[in-house]
Amino acid sequence: MRVLGIETSCDETGVAVYDSAAGLLAHRLHSQIDLHARYGGVVPELASRDHVRRLVPLIEEVAGESGTPLTRLDGIAYTEGPGLAGALLVGASVANALGMALGKPVVGIHHLEGHLLSPLLADPRPDFPFVALLVSGGHSQIHEVEGVGRYRLIGDTLDDAAGEAFDKTATLLGLPYPGGPALAALAVSGRAGVVTLPRPMIDSGDLMMSFSGLKTAVRTLVRKRQAAGTLDARAKADIAAEFQCAVVDVLIAKAVAALDETGASRLVVAGGVGANRDLRERLHAEASRRGARVHFPDLAFCTDNGAMIALAGAMRLEHAKEGDGAFTVRPRWDLASLGAA
Amino acid sequence: MRILSIDSSTDVLSVACGDGREFAVRDERVGPAHAERALPCIREVLAEQGWTLASLDAIAFGAGPGSFTGVRIACGIAQGLALGAGLGVVPIGTLEALAQEAWCAHDATDVLACLDARMREVYVAVYARDARAGWRETRAPEVLSPDAVPAPPSSTFGAGDGFAVHPALAARLGLARHDAAARPTARAVAELAVPRVLRGDLVAARDAHPVYVRHRVALTAAERAAGARL
Repeated sequence: MRVLGIETSCDETGVAVYDSAAGLLAHRLHSQIDLHARYGGVVPELASRDHVRRLVPLIEEVAGESGTPLTRLDGIAYTEGPGLAGALLVGASVANALGMALGKPVVGIHHLEGHLLSPLLADPRPDFPFVALLVSGGHSQIHEVEGVGRYRLIGDTLDDAAGEAFDKTATLLGLPYPGGPALAALAVSGRAGVVTLPRPMIDSGDLMMSFSGLKTAVRTLVRKRQAAGTLDARAKADIAAEFQCAVVDVLIAKAVAALDETGASRLVVAGGVGANRDLRERLHAEASRRGARVHFPDLAFCTDNGAMIALAGAMRLEHAKEGDGAFTVRPRWDLASLGAA
Repeated sequence: MRILSIDSSTDVLSVACGDGREFAVRDERVGPAHAERALPCIREVLAEQGWTLASLDAIAFGAGPGSFTGVRIACGIAQGLALGAGLGVVPIGTLEALAQEAWCAHDATDVLACLDARMREVYVAVYARDARAGWRETRAPEVLSPDAVPAPPSSTFGAGDGFAVHPALAARLGLARHDAAARPTARAVAELAVPRVLRGDLVAARDAHPVYVRHRVALTAAERAAGARL
């Protein structure tokens, strides 16, 4: 089955062609980072405006690169939610209209299901069941994944997502938008432990997380240093390193606890924070020490992308029925409400 | 000539399919639920004509101004249908479609088209109709405070919900006649598209874009820091 995947839930336009037999054939991503930078964050209306300009050219590119005339597609998958309503509607409109014109089935995909399944794009792909640590700007969740559509949320953040904490902390340190990657880059030159930050809920005895207190601790530290006139480049780098270390400590502790609780031997990491090098290295080391395997999606598929939507679509379309073209988007959508494929 | 058209720039979803004279139409007041009804309505009007998408000459859509989300849904659907069926697209301005409606319903040949733009503003343009050449834009679409709309000649006809949301506007402009219930329809969009299709004035799906008119939709970090407001 050959599927076109379309992702427009936030600030990346992602399009890909995935074939269940041959794997990923082509993928393209247009990031809007430059567009939103001077606004200090994603402006939903501008994101939607960009998606509607980029989407068709990207579809034409992946069709050409994959050698797939659109009529050769077996189906179309798009992100139905959660995400920004206006942005989601762009992908939903184009995908459903295209499906109707081609006479091909169309399926709406849960964005987080795309992320949870994205490690299946890698070679070798992890077998079910596995534990998935989903860490991005919008989510910090741990799922027990038994198969397509069979997800049990076993850990979550009580407040900020890990990626959100990275971005907000970066702003406190005066780093440019988007702050997360900039903070990780700064942390490389800093020394963890020179200043001390808390590891929130690391000993809570469950799989819940909290990152807003950590951000507040950084704010207090930054103000103190500013008042004392000691917030120089070196101090900022040290704070960044300690902050990153604290987040990674918590994520590793929770991931290990999730493996213990479920008895799973495979851990999958997905979402934008999964691109963090420190997290990757330390999680690899910790997992191999315990005889578990850890799978990361390729860096390109950690952030939002069309490939994961095409993949999830291929898995779900095997069982899809043709509809009447009525479509909707779900800006809020509980992953646990999904059925098995 | 076979044209399919869609307009979702207002809270009415409007779909039409026809040859320029006879149309199958759907006009449904759907509020924000354009997405749920758009493609089912398109299937219905095609079936009513007994036409397939592939047999059409073009897809036309109301490109705006109007509801940002609404014009993007119409645009995205036009793009998707055109890309899949290998058709060209004709984007039609919603204010011009409003003028066409005023001509059909009231024989108006000089029209000030005025749509509510929220945020205490209106989208406005002025059109004059020539029996042979069709509509000429005498004032290009812009977004203005209702107080800043310049008065056209008094014989001009006012059309659009801008006159409903701002009831004093027609009197201030000295317009003898207006229709505050007029709105852009897919039928008007299709009628305006016909001569363009005949001229070969179509665009590819990838070049079919909305027309927003309002471009300032957010404040930059620097503007916010300086205390600016939208």
